[in-house]
Amino acid sequence: MNRHLSLKLGLAAAILLALVGAVLFGETALSAAQYGQALAEPASGPGEVLWQVRAPRAVCALMVGAALGLAGAVLQGLLRNPLADPGVLGVSATAALGAAGAIVLGAAAIPGLVESAALVGAALAGLLLVAIAARVRAPEALILFGVALSSFAGALTALIFNLSPSPIASAEVMNWLMGSVQNRSWIDVAWVAPALVVAAVFAAGASPGLRMLTLGEEAARASGLSMGRMRVLALIASAVAEGAAVAVAGVIGFVGLAAPHLVRAAVRGDPGRLLWPSALAGGLMLVLADLAARLMPTDQELKLGVFTALVGAPLFALIAWRAAREWRL
Amino acid sequence: MSALLELDGVVARIGAAAVLDGVSLSVGSGELVALCGPNGAGKSSAIRAGLGLTPLHSGVAKLGDEDVRRLSERERGARAAYLPQERHIAWNLPAIEVAALGAPFLSGAQALERARAALDEVGAGHLAERGVAEMSGGERARVLLARALVVQAPLLLADEPIAGLDPDAQLLVLERLRARADAGGGVLVSLHDLTLAARVADRVVVLDAGRVVADAAPVEALSPGVLRAVFGLGGGWVEGPDGPLLAARRLSRGD
Repeated sequence: MNRHLSLKLGLAAAILLALVGAVLFGETALSAAQYGQALAEPASGPGEVLWQVRAPRAVCALMVGAALGLAGAVLQGLLRNPLADPGVLGVSATAALGAAGAIVLGAAAIPGLVESAALVGAALAGLLLVAIAARVRAPEALILFGVALSSFAGALTALIFNLSPSPIASAEVMNWLMGSVQNRSWIDVAWVAPALVVAAVFAAGASPGLRMLTLGEEAARASGLSMGRMRVLALIASAVAEGAAVAVAGVIGFVGLAAPHLVRAAVRGDPGRLLWPSALAGGLMLVLADLAARLMPTDQELKLGVFTALVGAPLFALIAWRAAREWRL
Repeated sequence: MSALLELDGVVARIGAAAVLDGVSLSVGSGELVALCGPNGAGKSSAIRAGLGLTPLHSGVAKLGDEDVRRLSERERGARAAYLPQERHIAWNLPAIEVAALGAPFLSGAQALERARAALDEVGAGHLAERGVAEMSGGERARVLLARALVVQAPLLLADEPIAGLDPDAQLLVLERLRARADAGGGVLVSLHDLTLAARVADRVVVLDAGRVVADAAPVEALSPGVLRAVFGLGGGWVEGPDGPLLAARRLSRGD
């Protein structure tokens, strides 16, 4: 069996185990009889806990993590930069701005409106990036533009806090910005799943171009592959994935940055082959992180975004320390 | 027979400055043409113009019979291979995978087969599985040459492919390019080493400040007058055991 396939199968198996764990374990301890009842009658009380609370939450974490892992891998390849993450181009900040605006305007009462606003924010950022990328080719220029967009969207979000009429709305925005998959239902899964599929299709289209870009912009442009088309596909893939992740779970950091690094050595650096393992690794990371956050004996449940940053940052520093020897930057 | 590459009156600008100021040159089948000139003369720009990578202010660049601007990316890639001067490889891929990038439209197995043959051809077969970040600059240069040789285009454009290489590697690279031309391909290569250019090339095109100042057989193109006016060198060619040797000295002011 080839090593790339076994990597993906290994990750998939680990995800399956993590999902089973996420459905079986939680704050409410169930007896063996209750587990039996939940399996036999999904509509029973214990069944509800397993199939309507824990399962959709775990699947949501999986898909959001996969979207972040995919977006991170695409952007690191596109920008030829191991430090790139979905946040760097401003898509997550713009999506968060959309959601924050919608919450303050009272849209939270209408199902789907906050999610839609986040997606619209991500889409606008994506279109802007595509337009910029058509004019400038240097990845540095795109990063600088993304940083500016991110700061600007962040400033507007702060302005919303500033001008928010009620502290309740502010608290709600704050809560949402910290990132979580708590109380997510199958409806939320239905939001993120199609977006993930769309992002995957675009990413697959960009994959050969991302590999070619390993040689640098000049050589890639003369290779016969269309780099312009690749850039558009890659930017759309990452904007859709990141937008959907933010729409459903708020802002969750570090997964998009760290997931590609976890699997890069296993695909020997190939940015095309990195995409699916990175998505799987991102999904696995978030399912495990959410399970850990739930099982943590704290009064207030830890927010997933807070948890991933707390655990992810030191872990990432360690990965970076090891990987730095290979990059020879 | 029509040329594989033809630049006709090409003018290209960066800002207000003309980097190419009416350049005309051509490369035919079976021909190795060396592009020589001091730094900033426009060698890289001429190569990039031929590939359609530089916007032209005026003039035409043709690959085969077609204006390069009218060719799709894929058609361009099928007509010309490019070995850029830049040797940075962004990720630590194994050499064989880097070489296989020369054939993006082939199946994985076919591309790897060709990549292996090309690595053997440049004496880097033993490096096939090694990551390019773990290689010396010379080894990486061989891998990138192999990548360019994997491209099955009739024309190969190489931008200073021997810069920074040890003498053995320099001769190996030029030998491979010569073999490419002898097998019926066309090669345009920019070189700073005039002796090696004279030894390997069928023709030398001398560029100075974006203009072609000579286009002829090597020793003829690099005449004492051109050496003096373009390169600031005194002296000229002497007959060596393997061909002409440049016996040059730097001219002091007033010479």
